[in-house]
Amino acid sequence: MDLEEANEFKERCTQCAAVSWGLTDEGKYYCTSCHNVTERSKEVINTGAIPNTKIQAINRGLKRKRKPEKGWDWYVCEGFQHILCQQAEALQTLGVGPELKDEVLHNFWKRYLQKSKQAYCKNPVYTSRKQATVLEDSPSHSDWDSEPELLSDFSGPSFVESGAESQPDVHTKKPFPTIKASQSETTSVCSGSLDGVEYSLRKDKEIVKMTVPRTLAFCYLSLLWQRETMTLSDLLRFVEEDHIPYINAFQHFPEEMKLYGRDKGIFAIESWPNYEDIYKKVIEMATFLDLPRFPDITEDCYLHPNILCMKYLMEVNLPVEMHDLTCQVVKVTGIGEVDFLTFDPIAKKAKTVKYDVQAVAVIIAALKLLFLLDDNLEWSLSNVAEKYNEGNKEDKPWFDFRKWYQVMKRAIDEKKQKWEEARAKYLWKSEKPLYHSSIDRSVVYKRREMVVSLQKQFSALTDSTPSVEKRSPSSFQFNWTAEDSDRTCFHGHSLEGVLKQKGQSLTTKNSLYWLSTQKFCRSYCKHVTTYEESNFSLSYQFVINLFSFLLRTKPSLLHEEVSLVERRLFKTKYITTKKKSSRSRKVRKS
Amino acid sequence: MSDFSEELIRPTTEDEQAEPCVSSGTGMYFPWLQKRIETVATGGKQEKDFGQTTSACFGFIREALLKHQWQKAAEYMCSYLQILEDSDSNKRQLAPEIIWRLGSEILYYHPNSSVETFNTFADRMKNIGVMNYLKISLQHALYLLHHGLLEDANRNLSQAETWRYGEKSSSQEVLINLIQAYKGLLQYYTWSKKKTELSQLDEDDYAYNSASQTMLSHSWKTSINLCALIQIPGVWDPFVKSYVEMLEFYGDREGAREVLTNYAYDEKFPSNPNAHVYLYSFLKREKAPREKLLSVLKILFQIVPSHKLMLEFHRLLRKSEKEEHRKLALEVLFGVLDFAGCTRNITAWKYLAKYLRQTLMGSHLAWVQEQWNSRKNWWPGFHFSYFWAKNDWKDDKALACEKALVAGMLLGKSCSPGATEEAQWGRFAQKPKQPSWNIGRVFVTRCGSWWSNCSSELCGLEHACWP
Repeated sequence: MDLEEANEFKERCTQCAAVSWGLTDEGKYYCTSCHNVTERSKEVINTGAIPNTKIQAINRGLKRKRKPEKGWDWYVCEGFQHILCQQAEALQTLGVGPELKDEVLHNFWKRYLQKSKQAYCKNPVYTSRKQATVLEDSPSHSDWDSEPELLSDFSGPSFVESGAESQPDVHTKKPFPTIKASQSETTSVCSGSLDGVEYSLRKDKEIVKMTVPRTLAFCYLSLLWQRETMTLSDLLRFVEEDHIPYINAFQHFPEEMKLYGRDKGIFAIESWPNYEDIYKKVIEMATFLDLPRFPDITEDCYLHPNILCMKYLMEVNLPVEMHDLTCQVVKVTGIGEVDFLTFDPIAKKAKTVKYDVQAVAVIIAALKLLFLLDDNLEWSLSNVAEKYNEGNKEDKPWFDFRKWYQVMKRAIDEKKQKWEEARAKYLWKSEKPLYHSSIDRSVVYKRREMVVSLQKQFSALTDSTPSVEKRSPSSFQFNWTAEDSDRTCFHGHSLEGVLKQKGQSLTTKNSLYWLSTQKFCRSYCKHVTTYEESNFSLSYQFVINLFSFLLRTKPSLLHEEVSLVERRLFKTKYITTKKKSSRSRKVRKS
Repeated sequence: MSDFSEELIRPTTEDEQAEPCVSSGTGMYFPWLQKRIETVATGGKQEKDFGQTTSACFGFIREALLKHQWQKAAEYMCSYLQILEDSDSNKRQLAPEIIWRLGSEILYYHPNSSVETFNTFADRMKNIGVMNYLKISLQHALYLLHHGLLEDANRNLSQAETWRYGEKSSSQEVLINLIQAYKGLLQYYTWSKKKTELSQLDEDDYAYNSASQTMLSHSWKTSINLCALIQIPGVWDPFVKSYVEMLEFYGDREGAREVLTNYAYDEKFPSNPNAHVYLYSFLKREKAPREKLLSVLKILFQIVPSHKLMLEFHRLLRKSEKEEHRKLALEVLFGVLDFAGCTRNITAWKYLAKYLRQTLMGSHLAWVQEQWNSRKNWWPGFHFSYFWAKNDWKDDKALACEKALVAGMLLGKSCSPGATEEAQWGRFAQKPKQPSWNIGRVFVTRCGSWWSNCSSELCGLEHACWP
């Protein structure tokens, strides 16, 4: 039982996680702190002639040299490239045009590598520090020499094709000279990738470092460039529903790309993407890449508020007739203008429109115009509509806000319940567990094994049919076409009860309006007055919560957007209030 | 209606002052500050969605368990297991025990679960983390016992017993003792089965000897297993009881006495009425002197005045020559009847009726007064209400009679105005013993009246019949 002899066995004990090994008489390792004997034994080749100690000495020498895990040499940016590639492919299966992957996303990515000085430039960051000489005669690099020039005339959607090589075989092409990472062996911190340690230590303020959430920013930028029919909230919802690889995206890396140590911090993700966070990253990334003005968002684009409003009206089961009103709001506020809608990162102040949130805000403003949503008028209008509908069974029914509320409330509660259950059941951990250092390896793998076997045991006790079948991806979360008795479809209902003829055009019967906020911060924070739920009417809260659930955003974000729409809608009012410094909440409109 | 933004007239409503004012001093609101505070509360780290998932999942499991939805609980359990891989090492270390508790509960009740599934689950959980091995082994054994698998449980306990962990903490030591004791209990069980077998065998039978031999070896093993545990302060009733039984069987009275005395009187042990009960019954079997028995019961009286042995205590006291014992005998009876669970104990009432009379006849009125003074406010409502009178008469006539008798003696004084207390009590004391059916009949005729009335009637009757 010589403790000295067992020094080279560095794994943690599976029982007590200590690293303190002794050798039993049979040559097996046992833990000196908990006396747990392992299966592993010292490799003794032949005990016949050679004395024991000598063999052990030989073995020790051999073992020390062994690396924890050997795979391909790869760089962190290659990992991200792989994730982006998977995401682009997933987007394609969701019905996005094939140009997105090879023409748009690929070029964005190359531009990123260039801007962040990782490739396509004279002095890549990897080589500048250590072996600048390797760069010159690296054969794999020569193919790429012409790239920077090609990329420099990067403008418009017709990107330059980068020759014959295409995305998927990341590992075969090596844009970077291979440096044998010897430092990872000697130091305790290590990583599977060649530059994992260096990458996580790098703190260059000017360079936007790649992270897993930023891959989604790349995806959204390419979707926006292509003017695809997918909003940011849709994208994030697809991520949440696992239609787009994001959490544990690394587990689809090729087998030979080993991840451990610092790679864990870079690639492991334990949170779902957050709308505001990704939105910020989109702008940040676009500015960093120095992208030109994006293609115009015109009236026939999916992202135009008129079309999005129609989509969301269908989604929340509101009458199609409301679309006229939302179009008017869009027109008056001027948010349908091409210049307003189009994203221009090199403009003085880069900002992009939250298309989905804005469209929903327009609908809410329209609802307020029609029904005021003060917990009073909407109900009395509902009484009128109900009476009318009872008397006129043949006609097109009037829209009854109360009935709509009842139907929607039930539907959304059900949906929310399911969503919460699905989130509680979400399995975060990948089949390929990540560990910090090689001595953790066996423990982590053992733990993984244990969890899998326990899961197997408990899943045998559940229903044989999985309760949450993977839903096919759809940009709609509700389906109202089915004429169900308790899921009434309101699309065809008329707004006659709440509109009245005024000269040539129709106008709302309700002539009041209340503003969500009176004052906007004029300071640098650009923040709109905060949303304190209890200050607002219950119907308004319901509508805000309904939409914010659909978009998976915070209610406050939506409220803020409603306030911004109102500011444009009642611009004159805001100006007068500023002049008179009056404090009114209710305003009268014609 | 494209022009609705034009005429925005100043409203006439009154909510001028109800304006949410952001910049004013009192209404200050810093959203960023709020965020900071939230992060401070979670230890500077923003909670990840992984943590949200596991805590939400835990909530769902708990809800399902409360509603006995085992299937649903198992579903969520599949997801909850990932907490074993939590990157927060604190949470990870706490996880095995939580999982074991939830999981064993589910597997215990789940309709599709079997002993095998439970066994595999327990075996897996034992090997996650070192601290839970013994606890889980013990609970596993109890589960097996519950399913009647004594052999398996025994094997399990033996395994746990021999398991070693380097730096044993003190809590683990107790667990090892407990495991050994449970093993001992199982051995006791086989021993006592052997004992009954043996009692059926003829002493001359050739099998007798070998049987008694195996019995002896069993008892030897058992006593080793048990005696370690019962040295440690705690409540070890079943272990002590079986240990004593074996000691007694082999004639080691001294040993048994020592164990029981230690169990009852050692101050390090938590107060435990059963310890005194065991000691008492042992002493009684041994035919110990009355003094000794009384001293044991006296302690029991202090801990549990309503214990069923109290009536026996009363009998012993009653027979004693000492004055203070006889006084205590009265106190004990009153004490028993103070408890709601004993209100319908006919023996207690019978004893009280008899003993009250006896006390009064022995002219110890002060004793009665002393007891009655603290009870006169609530006993009439508690025992002698109209409701009870009706119920008792309907259910148990004998009980009603005894109660009526007591009530007559205790309340009677207040019903005869004019008579001094002493005189009243004194008169009772001189009454000859009444046949109970007689009172009963009087009682039934007056059933509709209040207890106090009854008793005054009784008094009247007594005056009439036995002047």
